[in-house]
Amino acid sequence: MTTLPFAAPVVIAAGCGGTGRELAAFDGLAGVGGFVSRSLTLTARSGAPAPRVVAAPSGVLHATGLPNPGPEQFLALELPWLVAHGVVPVASLAAAEPDQWQELVRLVAAAPGLRAIELNLQADGGLMPEGEPRLLAAVVGAARAQLPPGVALLVKLGHDPSRLVTRSRLVVEAGAEAVVLGGGVPALLPDGRPASLVGPAVRSTALRAVAEVHAALPDLPVVAAGGIRTAAEARTFLAAGAAAVQIGSALLADPTTAARVAADLRDGR
Amino acid sequence: MAGGPLSTTAEVLAVRGVGAFSGVTLSVGEVADRHRPGQFLSVADPDPTRLLRRSVQVHRAAGPGVRPGTLELVMDPGDVLADRLAVGDAWPVIGPLGRPFALPKEPVTCLLAGAGAHAAPLLGLADRLAERGCTVHLLLGGADGSRVLPSHDVRRAVRSTTVVTDDGSMGRHGSIASVLGETVERTGAAVVYAGAPTSTLHEVAIAAEAAGAWSQAVLDGEHPCGTGLCHGCPVPVVGEDGVGRTVRGCAEGPVFRGDRVRWHDLTEKGGGR
Repeated sequence: MTTLPFAAPVVIAAGCGGTGRELAAFDGLAGVGGFVSRSLTLTARSGAPAPRVVAAPSGVLHATGLPNPGPEQFLALELPWLVAHGVVPVASLAAAEPDQWQELVRLVAAAPGLRAIELNLQADGGLMPEGEPRLLAAVVGAARAQLPPGVALLVKLGHDPSRLVTRSRLVVEAGAEAVVLGGGVPALLPDGRPASLVGPAVRSTALRAVAEVHAALPDLPVVAAGGIRTAAEARTFLAAGAAAVQIGSALLADPTTAARVAADLRDGR
Repeated sequence: MAGGPLSTTAEVLAVRGVGAFSGVTLSVGEVADRHRPGQFLSVADPDPTRLLRRSVQVHRAAGPGVRPGTLELVMDPGDVLADRLAVGDAWPVIGPLGRPFALPKEPVTCLLAGAGAHAAPLLGLADRLAERGCTVHLLLGGADGSRVLPSHDVRRAVRSTTVVTDDGSMGRHGSIASVLGETVERTGAAVVYAGAPTSTLHEVAIAAEAAGAWSQAVLDGEHPCGTGLCHGCPVPVVGEDGVGRTVRGCAEGPVFRGDRVRWHDLTEKGGGR
């Protein structure tokens, strides 16, 4: 893990760990390599109407609408707590337009203790309009230009294997240090609203995504997410080329999952 | 607070009928000591492919008839969870979760108003309020007599009990909301504690305010994780600063001040049941 700041190859995924305090109540951050915040937007968002987290076969549909308090509260109350508790903090950011991205990155770039930012470029779970490659490159390039050298730039691209290699190459050329293959696959809530499907249901899709990106770009660190619940599953992803794994939806079932996977990996269980 | 939540394995000690409801006794060890009325328990789905948890309200954790280290639950007839439970089952649980009812600093008169199984958390509260010298009145409702939660276990804590049913088969004809105002006036209650479906809680909050009483409502909504992680239980509220915001029902609730919930937004957009 040359360019990744993580202390161990198991990281809390964006939007699944609260502020960190909720996991700490169960010792759920013990031995974890990093913590990705819920996606922060330029101004606070209250999120989508309920229901927005719904059970699906072997998974979860989520359409939260990115509820978050905005960057100021994160910087004032959440980041210092993570740093004080020895957790490697990563800020997940989401915006729609290039100037919003730039302002958001500027606000958090120099925050004391911040080790990386994760751009939530995933079209479905994020706010970006679908697909314009030049826009992706511009957002990533502008972010890299604003970040101090010690802050890594991760870019989250979703799970759709058909376009991940092209997009990964694009964002790396624009200055990203790693890609995060996570965030689920496009789905629909029963009431017709767009959602993302995450959890064990997408694990095999996620594994394919990791293998394809790793084969095409073997020097690029890949952070993998997708329904991982055990150390054995994490090892499968690491063997497929992932540099680290993120634990997300499994925390909803058991807030100690990431700590347990990290301990089991470390101890060879 | 007597400590935060614990993740543990509960053992089902008893499942029995309580009127039309299912009463469940769980052995939960220290979770019971930490529990305060209004807090809930989150249970993992027995099917390991299903990630989301389910929250259950706690009836009583202490008081007459409750063994130390156990919790009593009350579930609606036909609740799939109650149907699956058998004595001796081991059940992964997390609790106690959420914020409990706030207890008055002074020994004031309180009215506890509950409908059906939603009334469950109020009976444990009755004991706690009586311990603090409060005068406690109960107002219990249900669709019919078999769906009014029995309250004999807390009779020593309670000054009066009023029963209303939708069909008039027990007590008076009506709902807890329809008789709330007059009951507040008759009892002189300064605080109303309520447990009911969301639409009834809204009516109770309005009636309590009109009668000059503070109200606290325990929302019985879905909590997909129960631990504050998933943002799946949004509750629209007005903050102390007068600014509207949306909070997590599991972490900032399930107990809310009646005048702080934006009830119209909650019932129109979902978020409770």
